[in-house]
Amino acid sequence: MKRLRLFRALVAASLATGISVGAGTASAQELLFWSTQANPVEEAQAMRDQVLAGFDGAVDFQPQEEGPFMTRIEAELQAGSGQIDVIGALHGSFASIPDGLVDLTSVVDGLSSPASATYVELGKLGTGEQKYVPWMQATYVMAASREALEYLPEGADINALTYDQLIAWATALAENTGGPKFGLPAGPQGLIHRFVQGNLYPSFTDSMVTKFRSAEAEAMWGTMRELWAVTNPSSTNYGFMQEPLITGEVWLAWDHIARLANAFNERPDDFVAFPSPAGPTGRGFMPVVAGLGVPVTAADKDASNRLVAYMMQPDTQVATLRATNFYPVVEVALPDDMPDSVRISGPAIAAQSASADANPGLLPIGLGPAGGEFNQVYRDTFERILLAGHDIRQVLDEQAETLRTIVGTAGAPCWAPDPASEGACPVE
Amino acid sequence: MTNPRLLPYLLLLPATLFLAFFFIMPFVQVAWMGLSADGALSLDQFRTMASHWKFQPALVNTLLLALIVVPMQLALALGMASIVTGMGRGREVVLYIWTIPLGISDLAAGIVWLAILDQTGFLNSALYSLGLIPGQVNWLTYQSPWLLFAAVIVAEVWRATAIMLVILVAGMGLIPKEYYEAAEVFGAGAWQRFVKVTLPLLKPSIQTALILRTILAFEVFAVVIALAGTNLPVLMGETYTWQFAMQRRGVAAAYALVILGISIAFTVVFLLALRTREEQRA
Repeated sequence: MKRLRLFRALVAASLATGISVGAGTASAQELLFWSTQANPVEEAQAMRDQVLAGFDGAVDFQPQEEGPFMTRIEAELQAGSGQIDVIGALHGSFASIPDGLVDLTSVVDGLSSPASATYVELGKLGTGEQKYVPWMQATYVMAASREALEYLPEGADINALTYDQLIAWATALAENTGGPKFGLPAGPQGLIHRFVQGNLYPSFTDSMVTKFRSAEAEAMWGTMRELWAVTNPSSTNYGFMQEPLITGEVWLAWDHIARLANAFNERPDDFVAFPSPAGPTGRGFMPVVAGLGVPVTAADKDASNRLVAYMMQPDTQVATLRATNFYPVVEVALPDDMPDSVRISGPAIAAQSASADANPGLLPIGLGPAGGEFNQVYRDTFERILLAGHDIRQVLDEQAETLRTIVGTAGAPCWAPDPASEGACPVE
Repeated sequence: MTNPRLLPYLLLLPATLFLAFFFIMPFVQVAWMGLSADGALSLDQFRTMASHWKFQPALVNTLLLALIVVPMQLALALGMASIVTGMGRGREVVLYIWTIPLGISDLAAGIVWLAILDQTGFLNSALYSLGLIPGQVNWLTYQSPWLLFAAVIVAEVWRATAIMLVILVAGMGLIPKEYYEAAEVFGAGAWQRFVKVTLPLLKPSIQTALILRTILAFEVFAVVIALAGTNLPVLMGETYTWQFAMQRRGVAAAYALVILGISIAFTVVFLLALRTREEQRA
């Protein structure tokens, strides 16, 4: 009996300690920073240790995949209360929840170093309020190993390639190195839809939506079939091109700069970065913007605003660049001791956006929650034409129908490179 | 003193409440999501689901996978259970080794087989060192859908046979030895004893094992994702894509209802086909 009483006392004591510890942690005024960016373990740890450590306050940085990220935010907005204090995400995620975001004009106005005007405008999501503050930017470039440079076609300038030269280069690699060495991130986690939206369509049709099923688009997919014939078939497994570049499976690739960074950092002398190729209607590429927002359900909006302002300071922006390979959106002089990936991708990014025939394809605006379906249209088109071998004209017509429904229902007006439209962006 | 007739129901109450909250309520909500659009009863979600180009391949692949894997696993599990039941010493060790795959998640199983079948994986290393292939062979590409299928089948058989094995071993243990002795007396060989004595008396266990395994086979997901990515569409994978990549809960719910529908259909088939009459029970 004595042992039973002692046991009961122990259980009660441990329960009490557990509850009080739990309550203690909850009352520590920690800001919950909910993000889709800096998801890989090393980046998340760098965010906590190097970027957020300098903030005067406790921050709980929690990165995750887009799906669970969005589900929780929407649940908290529906419930009218929640724990999330600051949201860090790409432009597309904010576009699905414009009504759930606090106006951050005061934060933008109070910045010591001003943020890029184009991105601040993007952050308004077409309304009069500052729905998110542009946090950091990135883009997509090409990367090649030095071994691949030997097979560059005669007379081709690596900083001003055309798609025909790229196909010739990839063909030379496939024929002379024992197998196809060009790779694209066409796996489930890969960003192939951005290649189609931001690189292919602007370069061949000078549009992303309106000329989706045009004759130029049909010709473009024909050219893409030639390129795909000399692409490594394992591309349908690749999510991050840095891995196959490092293992040598792929010698020539296109991907997001943050997904090439490990290759540049691990073997800086073996890789080069260069701008995307150009097609008949320009050099298409897609600039990427990540932003910071505050949900209307945040408990202490002043504290959230302070964290957002801290993330926008020049020193924090440089630390963020080191941690995530995403570039600052404010004017800041980069110190000399940046990692190799910055040293290698920086000139390629600058050359790409400054090239005479640059034709950027912007991230979709105004699609709201239909952003995922919009991306899936381009991904499905890619899979049906290149992987399943369906008839190009039939696929384009069918997918154009889906695209029309999606853009029409969302009522999204056209965005670059399409010319401005009245009402929903038409698919011709 | 509580009315003793109420006691069984009171004891069941906590479990019933748990089921109601965590199974029935979400189930009703998902069913509503799949059968409604804009708040009204409608089949729009099913129409969207069925008109997508990946619906038919997903349905065919899932059914084909289940059709091939489950009978294979039943045969294997019956063989393995017979071996284990006939063993004396070492029975526990063998049973333990054979049920190790039960202890790991299906994604972990998929990744294990990816490590074996990948370009730079163990299979290629072994074949290369035996001189059977000149260099790396890429087994898991979209260009060879049948190889992808075979890889998923191998991984699934490795991972999930133990589920049926455990049920069948328990069932076999219930069969009284007298029946076998009587059969031996009447001159029945080992195979005849198996077919005439073991199988009929094992019918309830086989029924349970088949129902469980088939329902799980229609929900195959993590192994396919690990080995084939999006190159082999299956119903559960499409549910995931519609919910998370495309944020269309209604269509994802419609897919879930399709999986439910075929699971119920096959369960009814097994319940009817493998009925055991009262007097046939051991």
